[in-house]
Amino acid sequence: MLSNFFHSWIHDPLIAHAGTFGLVVWLVLCILAIAVPVILTVALYVWWERKVLGWMHVRMGPNSVGPAGLAQTFADVFKLLLKEYFMPQAASKFLFVVAPLIALVPAFAAWAVVPFDDKVVLADVNAGLLYLLAMTSLGVYGIILAGWSSNSKYAMLGAMRSAAQVVSYEIAMGMALVGVLICAGSLNLSDIVRAQGGNWGIFNGFWLPLFPLFLVYFISGVAETNRAPFDVAEGESEIVAGFHVEYSGAPFAVFFLTEYANMILISFLASVLFLGGWNSIFPVSWGFLGAPGWWWLFVKAFFFAFFYLWFRAAFPRYRYDQIMRLGWKVFVPITIVWVLVAGCLVYFDIVGPGKV
Amino acid sequence: MLAEYFPILLFLIVAGGIGIALLLVGAVLGPRSKNKEKSEAYECGFEAFEDARMQFDVRYYLIAILFILFDLEIAFLFPWAVVFKQIGLVALVEMAMFLALLLLGFVYCWKKGALEWE
Repeated sequence: MLSNFFHSWIHDPLIAHAGTFGLVVWLVLCILAIAVPVILTVALYVWWERKVLGWMHVRMGPNSVGPAGLAQTFADVFKLLLKEYFMPQAASKFLFVVAPLIALVPAFAAWAVVPFDDKVVLADVNAGLLYLLAMTSLGVYGIILAGWSSNSKYAMLGAMRSAAQVVSYEIAMGMALVGVLICAGSLNLSDIVRAQGGNWGIFNGFWLPLFPLFLVYFISGVAETNRAPFDVAEGESEIVAGFHVEYSGAPFAVFFLTEYANMILISFLASVLFLGGWNSIFPVSWGFLGAPGWWWLFVKAFFFAFFYLWFRAAFPRYRYDQIMRLGWKVFVPITIVWVLVAGCLVYFDIVGPGKV
Repeated sequence: MLAEYFPILLFLIVAGGIGIALLLVGAVLGPRSKNKEKSEAYECGFEAFEDARMQFDVRYYLIAILFILFDLEIAFLFPWAVVFKQIGLVALVEMAMFLALLLLGFVYCWKKGALEWE
């Protein structure tokens, strides 16, 4: 296995020669092995988004910079980094600088507990799901601090809207997670994936018994990341760009990176929690098609990531009162009722680890 | 046990490092030019009429309070959900009562119009 190779060639010598310090170096290497691909994926995802949107609008999308326009995002990143680092006079200096960091750190740190394959996870902690909920909640601080510190009306209004929307959908999201917890009986994400293993392939996933929660989770995920059709936070026709209207250059690039890293994170989490993570979508008995592996997780995550783009091309933007109504008056009652249903399903042994 | 969380701490630090590095690169490479008009808050070309930190709708405050309440309920539900299988029927009935109370409060704020945005 690849991980064994890395273990014997990098991990063991590092520990042998440098002890505790070697362990830290090894962990930092592991972290970079997650973070750098995430950044590259964001770049490719932006390219893919523009391509898909182009095709859905019957146009080409980016096609000039590099083969098939692949280098377009990288060109954009370098352009952003070369732009002026600008701060308005009236801004709260410290918060204005720190806000993008506060947004970025949780979006990246949440990846620490995502299991890519059996035992391929940076921190296999017991309270993984709790940690994830905490990290996704922290993201809203970056938004509201950015809006407040800019001292601009558009930024302020965008931040207020965005914060209220994010916290509203957070409740529906948390309740959906409770449903998953009841079925899996563990907060550990690897255990949650293992609980969805079995002989039925994709039908072992929790999406089937928890179908309403599955829909609520993914739609809440779209609302959490402030993406279309819930993107009133940056509704360009009313408040220009929302909370990051005063940001330019590198800090804007950081916000951009955060948003897309969060989208990819939600895609991975929806796959891990509801579609069985690294388990195959085919029954185990189907030879190599049924073999579990990280590629299945990536295929499932790609599926959700594509839905994000499809939503953006297909739906007009919701009005703000409609967003709040959907979050509070539709999703919260659905999740409360379905948590009870899930409790009954598990109590009567209809659903549970290895069942369905 | 706590050692398992050490990689997470490291990840937080590394993520912060990535962010700081990006901001530093931008600050070093970008040009600087100051003038009075540019450093004002953006308001579609007008001079700012009043302070941006104005009064905002009380409903945002209401949403924040409701969020704290409901998020706390979810925090209560998490441990229950994990040990649900071991406790059995008692857990199911107790939580049905808990959720019924929660729903009662929810219906109350709905009827009071706390969730309206008209």
